[in-house]
Amino acid sequence: MGETEVEEEEEEKTSSISRKRKPSFTKMATLSVRRPPIGGFSFENCKRNVLLAGEVNKVGCSLPAARKTGTTICGVVFKDGVVLGADTRATEGMVVADKNCSKIHYISPNIYCCGAGTAADTEMTTQIISSNLELHSLSTGRLPRVATANRMLKQMLFRYQGYIGAALVLGGVDCNGPHLYSIYPHGSTDKLPYVTMGSGSLAAMAVFEDRYKPDMEEEDAKRLVRDAIAAGIFNDLGSGSNIDLCVITKSKVDYIRPHDEANKKGVRTGDYKYKRGTTAVLEKVVTPLDLELVEETVQTMDTS
Amino acid sequence: NKMAATATMMPFFDQRVSSKHDLVPDWTGQEVSTGTTIMAVEYDGGVVIGADSRTTTGAYIANRVTDKLTPIHDRIFCCRSGSAADTQAIADVVTYQLGFHSIELDEPPLVETAANLFKASCYRYREELTAGILVAGWDRRKGGQVYCVPIGGMLVRQPVSVGGSGSTYIYGFMDSNYKAGLTKDQCLELTATALSLAMERDGSSGGVVRLATISEEGVERRVILGNQLPKFSTH
Repeated sequence: MGETEVEEEEEEKTSSISRKRKPSFTKMATLSVRRPPIGGFSFENCKRNVLLAGEVNKVGCSLPAARKTGTTICGVVFKDGVVLGADTRATEGMVVADKNCSKIHYISPNIYCCGAGTAADTEMTTQIISSNLELHSLSTGRLPRVATANRMLKQMLFRYQGYIGAALVLGGVDCNGPHLYSIYPHGSTDKLPYVTMGSGSLAAMAVFEDRYKPDMEEEDAKRLVRDAIAAGIFNDLGSGSNIDLCVITKSKVDYIRPHDEANKKGVRTGDYKYKRGTTAVLEKVVTPLDLELVEETVQTMDTS
Repeated sequence: NKMAATATMMPFFDQRVSSKHDLVPDWTGQEVSTGTTIMAVEYDGGVVIGADSRTTTGAYIANRVTDKLTPIHDRIFCCRSGSAADTQAIADVVTYQLGFHSIELDEPPLVETAANLFKASCYRYREELTAGILVAGWDRRKGGQVYCVPIGGMLVRQPVSVGGSGSTYIYGFMDSNYKAGLTKDQCLELTATALSLAMERDGSSGGVVRLATISEEGVERRVILGNQLPKFSTH
């Protein structure tokens, strides 16, 4: 008797477990039928996050803001290579979190990448691809190509469907010459002779559209990029501080940080500290206060 | 990132990483879309394909000289419309699959094969993708062919096909001006005119007109710059 009871219990248990494993929604009429997750990324929590954000806003507070590099970054192809430029302000909502952050990231000895968007995302994405590219380069025995870095970046960003907020300007010189790509958070890329990204990109693009010429000299290209970033710094609230440049040619890489300190902190012209004796003392009266000792306790500190 | 005349596929969640009080303006959070006009026409001996060159993020033109005519194989091209990221990713996948298949076969692949590969990806991931694609090319078996793979993943062969947000403005023009049996040059003129008309009216299409002819001899590409486009006037 006991045995059969146990068996029945076990059967019940297994059937209840299997019931739990079956999907609980059975309606077929909706446009998007929920499939059980078969592999790959699950973006279920994103819906929850959006709902949470709504709830939190109703109460009156807001979710913590990710630190973003509201930014101006740009790049230009010139006669012998590419010039990449970036401002140096990192914002956290409406506050400047870092006045001098570095937005031009190393990918490989001949390839560098500027990053706009969420600071953590651009930092980690470029580091991951830099690491993978070094392994790839050791495996092939060749200097990495810019197109390879572009492929790796776009395939990773597409895999994350835009949730990695990294907008990049990738530039470098390889065996096929100088190359410049712009890479968007959803994974689309454009190969162009001049590109701008970030909140100040419109201001920078205006400068480029006016003064870009194919096959410029290095000094002209550096001046053009400097002016484009400056336009972003002075006309966009999300960009500011200094201008960093990175000049990549076949023979060398010039990482110029800072190239232009466009926003030096001013020196105070006056001082609120006054010398002793500035105000004359006319009269001095000393009144001792009679204090009565009520209670004295000693608490020894544990310094062991 | 909506371009559709046809059924708008709403993505599940709007990507709203920035809020109203953010310094970073809204358009930077928008997905990149090739709100577009694309077109492909068959003629005896090959196909003529054409596209505009505008890619937008919201109201900003991210790239004004985009090349939406993407080579998939030596004599097979695709015209991309919809989400730039989705179409680039699909095209890369199909290029790989078709190249592999062609090496296995030791023969140039069929246009119908390329079209079916596009259909397979577009239909399987139809909920997640926004991609409207025209596959066009030449092969030995059936000559010039145009296949349409719109949003949703349908596959249909058509002698002439238009796509993208600007295509809605030229259906009337196509119905009245296309007829079977056009020569290559007539097809080129028809395509250039149709694209110019669409670019004139559609805000999401513009820039230059990119044309390509695919035939047994090979691929011929040309660009018609903005100031060289045929001009029209309603007043």
